[in-house]
Amino acid sequence: MSVRVQEADFDVGAEIAALTAGNTNIGGLALFVGLVRERHVREGLHRERIDALTLEHYPGMTETALEEIEAEARRRWPLEATLIVHRYGRLAAGDRIVLVAVGSPHREAAFEACEFLVDWLKTKAPFWKLEETPAGEKWVDAHEGDDAAAKRWEKK
Amino acid sequence: MKVRYFAWMKRTVGVAEEQVEPPADVRTVGDLVAWLRTKSNGHAEALSEGAAFGAAVDHRTAPFDTPLAGAREVAFFPPFTGG
Repeated sequence: MSVRVQEADFDVGAEIAALTAGNTNIGGLALFVGLVRERHVREGLHRERIDALTLEHYPGMTETALEEIEAEARRRWPLEATLIVHRYGRLAAGDRIVLVAVGSPHREAAFEACEFLVDWLKTKAPFWKLEETPAGEKWVDAHEGDDAAAKRWEKK
Repeated sequence: MKVRYFAWMKRTVGVAEEQVEPPADVRTVGDLVAWLRTKSNGHAEALSEGAAFGAAVDHRTAPFDTPLAGAREVAFFPPFTGG
C-alpha cells in the first residue's frame, strides 16, 4: 500500500521487514528487484557496455501512475501488502533501480501480482532511461517485448 | 497553460517547459501538437508526425483527441522505459 519514488538506494531486507511487520495474514511474499545491467542482450545481439544510466521521471504523474497500477493489482488479487520503490537519477551498472514486493495469504496471488506490477510499471509509469556508453549518451528505446508483456494482463 | 517535454523531446525542443496561450481553435491535444509545431524547428522535429510520443493532461495519459478545456499542464514524452 505504498509507492515511493526516490533518488536514494533502498535496503531490500529493511523494506520487507517494514512491509510485513504486524501482518500475520501474509503467507507468501514475492519480490522483484531491477538492477542496472552492464550489457543489453536483446534478440541475441550484445550491445555496447553501459557504464551508467540516468533515470528521468515526471514528478507528480509518476506517483499517480504507480498508485493506479497498485490499486489495479489490489482489485485483481487478494493482497495484504504491496510496495513499489522506484529510483531516479544517475545509477551505475549493478545499482538497484526498482523494488516491487507483494504479500498475500497465498503464493499464487503474490507471484502473479508481482509480475503484473512490474509489467505494467514498465509501460505505464513515466520513466525514461538515458544510457552512458563508451560511444556517448543514448536514450533507451521502448522494447516491444515490454508492450507484449503488459498487454497479456489486459482484460478481454 | 504549461507545456512540458521529457527525455529526448526536451533536448530537441530546447526547453523543459514553457507557458503557452494557444488560440481558441486549439481544442484537443492533437490541435495543440499541430499548433506547437509552428513555434520553432525544434518543436516541429520533436512533435513531427513520424515521432513516437505520447501525451498527458494534468498528469494523466491522454490520447490526442482529449479536450484541453480546463487543462493546466500538458506533457509530451517518448514511450516509457522504466522498471
